[in-house]
This record gives sequence, structure tokens and C-alpha cells, in this order.
Amino acid sequence: MANSADGSNDGISRRSVLECMTWAGTGVLWTISGGVPHSLGLIDEAIAAEPNKFTFMQISDSHVGFDKPANPNVIGTLEEAIAKIKSLPAKPSFLIHTGDITHLSKPAEFDNAQGVLSKVGMDVHYVPGEHDLLDENAKLYLERYGKNAKGAGWYSFDAGGAHFVGLVNVANLKAGGLGNLGDEQLKWLADDLKGKSAETPIVVFAHIPLWTVYEKWGWGTDDGARALELLKRFGSVTVLNGHIHQVMQKVEGNVAFHTAMATAFPQPAPGAAPSPGPMKVPDDKLRSLLGITEVDIMRGQQRLALIDKPLQG
Amino acid sequence: MMTDGHAMQVSIADRLWPCAAVAALAGAVTAALILQTFAAAENATATIDNFTFAPERLIVHAGTTVTWRNEDDIPHTVASESRLFKSQALDTDDSFSFTFTNPGTYQYFCSLHPRMTGTVVVEP
Repeated sequence: MANSADGSNDGISRRSVLECMTWAGTGVLWTISGGVPHSLGLIDEAIAAEPNKFTFMQISDSHVGFDKPANPNVIGTLEEAIAKIKSLPAKPSFLIHTGDITHLSKPAEFDNAQGVLSKVGMDVHYVPGEHDLLDENAKLYLERYGKNAKGAGWYSFDAGGAHFVGLVNVANLKAGGLGNLGDEQLKWLADDLKGKSAETPIVVFAHIPLWTVYEKWGWGTDDGARALELLKRFGSVTVLNGHIHQVMQKVEGNVAFHTAMATAFPQPAPGAAPSPGPMKVPDDKLRSLLGITEVDIMRGQQRLALIDKPLQG
Repeated sequence: MMTDGHAMQVSIADRLWPCAAVAALAGAVTAALILQTFAAAENATATIDNFTFAPERLIVHAGTTVTWRNEDDIPHTVASESRLFKSQALDTDDSFSFTFTNPGTYQYFCSLHPRMTGTVVVEP
């Protein structure tokens, strides 16, 4: 849907859909069972059928401080995203923010973002985007969100019968490269996963996609494959990312990859523009390209269902 | 860029020369210092737009101050691979300057978007 906002991108859009299973929609729900995606039908119907579910939300790329024409009011759209989460009939257990909370890592941007996000009324688990680590030694991010984290901000926790791992692939990036996890973090991940049974559903979240979406635009992680190697023995792995400001999905073996919409501004489909910068769309289309993601873990079943919900449309 | 720099140096020298001729000794020394400073103070510019440094390869003389200006609608940085220099995050219309004193080849990149790379070649 991100791609169809601009009629001129239709050709790319159709190709992207075929190649990457791109979609961003309302009400389509799918679940992973043994690595095979199944559509379960409309949201309400599916949720009603699963009273035992554990739910959490993902939002991404709020870019508080951004004020360019692609969206001069990113605080307003972040507020709308939070309001949408609060209006859900079943309260999610927590919220994951997959980075680029701020645009320029300024203290006021962190404060303003926090002012909105704290109203969601549930725990928020963060990982940083590259826009959140711009000050000296990433002090502002780590002071706020890195208290129980290692290194540049990675950590894990258990909830709803699943094991959640927040990774940082935006620190110490190397010239010419993509996102980067680094040896220290990968070693920590190997230790963290030790002793977890293969039946434990694993949810990994990080800012830049762990799989290569589009190398030319830097949309991938150089050593992402090393992380996936550590995850391959698990029966259900879900990888949640942001960074590219549009929904993309891929299933590889038991691993389901998913990137979320931004709450701030859309970006073009891979190769659809000269660069991956903010995409200006007609005002009445903007809210159909921004949104939130709901993730359901069905207890006793190794499958996660991901539902992308635009702010409007 | 280089040609402009030299042209400026000559015209300043022409204007300064009559002054130095009539000045006291101290004044002449000052004028000579001004000439020397100017000879080294060449400027060059590069732009950042569409996630690209332009020109991607910039050739300058030693002593040149290179100024990068971000004309993109997303922030970028200018970071030397050898860590010789690194800008703050440059928002739209922000600039960063660095003076290259020593000849050599300097690779740099955007630390936010590391696929963006550029080179400054400093000749004697």
C-alpha cells in the first residue's frame, strides 16, 4: 500500500508485491504455523476465535523533531497511533518501539516523544534507530532506555510464553556497509539463547531489517545472517523491524520477517525513487501510510499473527 | 575551484602591493602575513543530496577548507574513515567544514547511512 500511494510507482509496486509479499492493509490477518503463513481471515473474526491470546503492539520510526513537508506534524500522528492502541478492544500487554524515536537525538525530542508515549498506559520496550544515537556516546538514549541493557542497548525478556530479544544494529556502522550487530552482541545473543527450548517462540526486534530488503539503500544488516544462524533451531521465530517506513514481509523456513509502518512519514518502495528519503504524498493519503502493528501469540500454539493497522483507511 | 582560489590570491596581492610599498616596516610584515594566509586559504564545497555526496571524489590542494552542505531532507554526517574528522548530524541546510593540511587520500562516509561514501584527494 505504501507503494500505491503514488500512481507513478504502480509498476514497482506490483513487482514488490510479488517479490516481497509486500502489503499493508486493514483487517488481513495471517499466522505462522510450522513456517507456513496462513490467512485466518478478518481481524475481528480471528480475534474472537482466540480468547486465549496474548497480544503486544509494535510501533516504529516516530522521528520526533522532523518537520519537513512529508509530515510537518509527527507529534500529531504519533498521538494518533497511541490513541489507536488505547482504543483496541483487548488491551495489549506491552508496546515495542523499533527505533528512530527522535529525528536528531536532541533532549527536547526525547522529552516530547516520551510525553506522548507515556500516555499509552503500558510498558514500552525500545531499541534505538540510527537517529537516536547521534549525540556523544549515545548518552541520551542509553540514559533513558538502556538501564537494563547491554552494550549499545540490547537485552531480552520473557512474556506470554515467548522469548523477546531487542537487538541494536545501528551502532558503529562501517563505511560502505549496512546495519551491523557486531561480535560482542552476537556472542551475547548466543549465550542468551542457550538453554531455551526449541519450542519457545522467539521474537527478535531491531531497527534496520535483519534481512536484506534492498542493499543499494542500505536496507539490511551485514551480519544479520549470523544472528539467524543462532535462531535456526527454534520452531517459531518472528523478526520485527522498522527503518524502511513501509510494511514488508518474508517467510524463510521457520522465520517470519516483518517491517512496520512508521508513525512519522512514508518512504518509497525499493528503487521507486532516486533515494530512500521521506515520501511526500497527498495530505489525505498520509494516514493510510502510517500506522501500528498488532502481534498475537496464540497460547499453546507456535504461531504469531501480525496485523498492520494504518492510522486511517 | 582551485582556479578560483588562485585568481583570488593574485588579485589580492595586486591590491595589497601598493599598500606594502608605502607602509612602515611593521605594516609590510603584516601585509606579507596576510598574503601567506591567503595563499593557503582555498575553499571547496561539496553537497549532500539524495543520500549522495557530490562530487563523490574531490581533488584539492593542501590547505584547502572543504565545506559540505546538506541539501537533503534527512540528516547526514560527514565522517572520516580514519577518524580524522567527524561532523555532528547535519540537518537540512547545515554545513560542516574541515581544512586539509596534509596531502593524501581521505575516505569518508555518512555514519547514519554508511552506504554513502566519498573521497577527498589532497595534492601538495
